[in-house]
Amino acid sequence: MTMQATRYDRRRLEHKTSPRRLAVIRVVIVLAAASGLNYVVWRWLASVNWESWWIAVPLVLAETYSLIDSLLFGLGAWRIRERGEPPKPPEAGYTVDVFITTYNEPVELVERTARAALAIDYPHTTWILDDGDRDEVRAAAESLGIGVITRSADWIDRPRHAKAGNLNNALLATEGEFVLVLDADQVPDARILDRTLGYFKDPQVALVQTPQWFENVPDSDPLGSQAPLFYGPIQQSKDGWNAAFFCGSNAILRREALMQLGISRYVQEVEQSVYRAITTSKRVLARAREEAQGDRRVTLALRRAAEIVEAARVEIIRGDGISDVTYRFQRGTDAISNEYADSDIALMRDNLRELAALSDDPDAFASIDDAALELLGRRDTSPIAAIEAISLLASALDVDRNGEAQAIMPMATISVTEDMATSMRLHGLGWRSVYHGEILASGLAPEDLETMLGQRLRWAQGTMQVFFRENPLLQFRLTLGQRLMYFGTMWSYLSGFPALVYVTAPVLCLAFGVIPVTAYSLEFFARFLPFLVLNQLLFWVVAAGRPTWRGAQYSLALFPVWIEAVTSAFRNVFLGQPLGFRVTSKTRVEDGRRRWDLVKPQLYVMGALVVALIVVGIRILAGQAEGIAPYVNIVWVCYDLAVFSIIIRAVLYRGTAATTKETP
Amino acid sequence: MTSIDVREADGGVVLAPSGRLTVVTAPQLRAAVAERIALGDRIIIVDLSVTDFVDSSGLGALVSCLKSARQAGGDLRIVAPTEQVSMVLRMTNLDRILQPRASVADALHG
Repeated sequence: MTMQATRYDRRRLEHKTSPRRLAVIRVVIVLAAASGLNYVVWRWLASVNWESWWIAVPLVLAETYSLIDSLLFGLGAWRIRERGEPPKPPEAGYTVDVFITTYNEPVELVERTARAALAIDYPHTTWILDDGDRDEVRAAAESLGIGVITRSADWIDRPRHAKAGNLNNALLATEGEFVLVLDADQVPDARILDRTLGYFKDPQVALVQTPQWFENVPDSDPLGSQAPLFYGPIQQSKDGWNAAFFCGSNAILRREALMQLGISRYVQEVEQSVYRAITTSKRVLARAREEAQGDRRVTLALRRAAEIVEAARVEIIRGDGISDVTYRFQRGTDAISNEYADSDIALMRDNLRELAALSDDPDAFASIDDAALELLGRRDTSPIAAIEAISLLASALDVDRNGEAQAIMPMATISVTEDMATSMRLHGLGWRSVYHGEILASGLAPEDLETMLGQRLRWAQGTMQVFFRENPLLQFRLTLGQRLMYFGTMWSYLSGFPALVYVTAPVLCLAFGVIPVTAYSLEFFARFLPFLVLNQLLFWVVAAGRPTWRGAQYSLALFPVWIEAVTSAFRNVFLGQPLGFRVTSKTRVEDGRRRWDLVKPQLYVMGALVVALIVVGIRILAGQAEGIAPYVNIVWVCYDLAVFSIIIRAVLYRGTAATTKETP
Repeated sequence: MTSIDVREADGGVVLAPSGRLTVVTAPQLRAAVAERIALGDRIIIVDLSVTDFVDSSGLGALVSCLKSARQAGGDLRIVAPTEQVSMVLRMTNLDRILQPRASVADALHG
């Protein structure tokens, strides 16, 4: 059903940030970029203290990292798109499914969200996607008169893919043209669909993302739960480049786009599996031949297998449909299997016949004969399965994706954050996304440090998994701008490494007099200060009144989390090791114990910073510290301490008792 | 609304979904194929010559039917897609996996 967009709608669809604001932003971007390049190029060429290269080089690398981060931020903001009023949705006519995803959240929480979902104004069908398959959730849903979707039998003994799997399962069980995805704690505003569906009048739009905002967070936001910069200028910047991405909840997706994505991924993955099987088959079969150690029957079977793989290769080159090629291949391996089994059965039958001739009760052996025949005839127990190489090839050279519950997996399963990977693929297929920056749902943020750290780690790990598995810079179906926007998010998660340098360098300088920069001179200030000031100005202009300090603090202060995320995702993707989730308890630690143990690295850092200040004080008094370097570094250390002070507040934070009580 | 015409053929069964094969009607096709597999049919021919329109969910149903057929040791083949259906098959590259046959006879013996 195509909806005609009115002139009003078209105007709303095309709405952009005002030219005046954009002009101001662009001037600041140019100045900030120029001053940044001016500083960092000078640092590389003229001010690295090569005598202390072991800290000087990391420092200049860290500064280069920050410059690139700033350039990517500026590039995004260059096209910032702040959409105003949304286009109106059709009165009725779109069909919408509302999915509430849950695994183990308290039933009351799910019920609260479900009630609000039912009350959404625009006509829709509400579903609870209960991955925990709990009776109490089912009972609650029944009393509300809404449906529950749990995994179908296909998922038994197959990878479940967490939330992505939960959504993929539900997509095949429902039929609305659009899907609103809500996390169990995200209580939707009744207008959420009326405010977002209008964007889909543009038939190329596949996704509308709205902010995630948390109601149980005080204004001071000690755990940095709100992300005003991300759910604001950053997503709006990405939106300007058609790269606003899916964040897992509070978003509306077009089913047709998701299913199309599922189909094209299916085709891609089957092709890859088949090509890989064919190109590696020679090696696999050769190795099997060696292991057979001259067993004539096995060698013969392997030779036959090589023949049918070769036939498949020729057919693929010829351009035959992969379904047909693999079907013939499967029949071929079945034939080998049957011959093999037949000769076994013939042998067994001979033996049985001889035994029967010696026995008084020939019928007993006749029934054993039948049972053996049946058993050997079955694919999984047939002797061919014993020849591992052939069965491996047989499962790779197939189109049924036997290892997965569903052949079609619209939501990406390559990462624990399926959302970002999915939207990147949608953009790759040419679909558009919209970021609508109006708060239309309110959620519950973690209220304790441990859960918060676990959540940040998971997001960072997921993002880095996507980076390692589907590096956006290499996704040539995306525009250059889209690639850089996705890359920018991943780049920002690398900040743990430079953060380490930013706290180490001043400590070394103050405590041991190791100076990484050759010239703390007038020239240094003339180049550094404009960069610093213009960068802050850029943030200030773009943020337009939103608080940014908390985010800045956490991006430095959570450096151990970011480093762990990068290294564990690397090990996961390239070495196949599990990500090693921290097990987080959902209930807050009631004994009130302060979890200093969770932030040990940060405490050591703060200790070192304080000690460095004391040492430099002594050195100055003793007349050992000369020049301006110590003073620059004292300012720097004070800044670091101000940043890290948030860690203390986070450990001391007790949660908002008031809102917790409100939650039924 | 789709109706699925089912007829036996020599060596297989032919299912012809007429009208629109979409998210709304895809479950019917999946159910019909599951039923034929349960009845012992192995070669499933989907005749698309009477299907005017297919969306990605419709294609998804074809793939999941292919999966069911293969897991039962059989196969699924598609026949004579109309222009719109051919276009969608090409656009998603699904024709690289499921290559359409010109006629039911080709599908049965090809």
